[in-house]
Amino acid sequence: MSVPAIAIRKLVKRFGESTVLQDIELEIPEGKVSCLIGPSGSGKSTLLRCLAFLEEPTSGMITINGEALGFFEDANGRRERLPANQIRAVRTKTGMVFQQFNLWPHMTALGNVSEALKLVRKVPKAEAEERAMVQLRKVGLENRAGHYPSQLSGGQQQRVAIARALALEPKIMLFDEPTSALDPELTGEVLNVMRDLASEGMTMVVVTHEIGFAASVGQQISFLDHGRLLFSGPPAEIFAKPRHPRLEQFLDTYLDRGASMLA
Amino acid sequence: MMFDPQVIIEKLPEIGSGLFVTLWLWIAGVLGGVIAGFIVATARRFGGKIVNVVLGAIVEVLRGTPFLIQIFLLYYGGPFVGLMLDPIPCGLIGLTVYSAAYYSEVFRAGYASVPVGHVEAAACLGMTRFQTISRIQVPEMALIVLPPAINLAVILLKESAVLSIITVPELTATVSAIGSQQYAFLEAIFILAIVYWIIVELTDRLGRMAENRLSRLRFSKA
Repeated sequence: MSVPAIAIRKLVKRFGESTVLQDIELEIPEGKVSCLIGPSGSGKSTLLRCLAFLEEPTSGMITINGEALGFFEDANGRRERLPANQIRAVRTKTGMVFQQFNLWPHMTALGNVSEALKLVRKVPKAEAEERAMVQLRKVGLENRAGHYPSQLSGGQQQRVAIARALALEPKIMLFDEPTSALDPELTGEVLNVMRDLASEGMTMVVVTHEIGFAASVGQQISFLDHGRLLFSGPPAEIFAKPRHPRLEQFLDTYLDRGASMLA
Repeated sequence: MMFDPQVIIEKLPEIGSGLFVTLWLWIAGVLGGVIAGFIVATARRFGGKIVNVVLGAIVEVLRGTPFLIQIFLLYYGGPFVGLMLDPIPCGLIGLTVYSAAYYSEVFRAGYASVPVGHVEAAACLGMTRFQTISRIQVPEMALIVLPPAINLAVILLKESAVLSIITVPELTATVSAIGSQQYAFLEAIFILAIVYWIIVELTDRLGRMAENRLSRLRFSKA
């Protein structure tokens, strides 16, 4: 059996007294699109941020392509923090896309995409920019390379952010509600880029409220509620016959808002 | 009493040397303060809780007491703890420490102005902390930090007049000495005000030019 792209074991995350994630167990197979859905405050974004090591798990372990992320935990639950350079190396195997884009405003689109190549991979400037252009072309923005983020629309900014996350050629892409800050007209262009990535066989973990996208592109749907992973399975199973009462209730609210047309 | 500019014109070389002392003490104090202030702000942000509290307390004391008293303590109190300083080194150290406290607050606000997400994006791409500070945080805060930094430089120029108290031969000390020797107090005070004002105006101009340059460099079309 092959090693899963991401394996999450007994993951717990607490902020002070409150437990945000409780005993999460999940495997994300290579080359699959895995969507995390659930109501606000269910912990789905925190889970994704743990995968990017933007949040440090309280206990449990995450492996990326079999390599421990941040901490190594043995069978007895003893934990050891890994050295900083090892953490950085594992982090570059994943690319992160944020809800708020988080482009650097003082750099052009090309600068944003080529920066990590120059700094982290020590690629010479000309070659870094050439490789950055390849990524910008992929998201359809090669003619916006010289533009600053403030000169781009929200959808274009998010596509630049995707190109930036792709620059180091990660094996896995993480998306944290990538279309939530966009108006409906601009959502489509970002989802299309994500569809293209999925069809190329990129492993993707997507936190999303776009139930339509999850149903059509997702190959594994995980439903979180109050910090627990209530259900995980293929979309047909989850949307066609939601057996869990909480999931049924959650999906009903989407159907109420007109998403029934998608079904 | 008549206003007699002749007295001042005769003493121009002396005034010039006082101005020179003021200028270099001021520029060195500001530069030293910017560097030390940036280091303090950076250490407070990334150095952990204890470092933050200790440095924060020192900054509060320096900001909470008059510069006049600090310089008095350093110059006249220093010898009691074995710190014998000549007026000029004492003035330079005093001015640098005082300005560092204020500049550290400017940079603290600068760090806070950079959205957390921009730093997280850098971390996700495997950038080190040093790379993130130098390539993301400092350039992003520059435009926000520049106006208060220039303003602070102007305030420090005027605060440097306090160094006349510990007999540093700077502009205020020189000109007021001329005033008392020649019984030309009004002329002396008047020329002092004019000279300080000219330097402040020049500094402001320079600051505004830098601001324009920076914002044009930044967000204009490439």
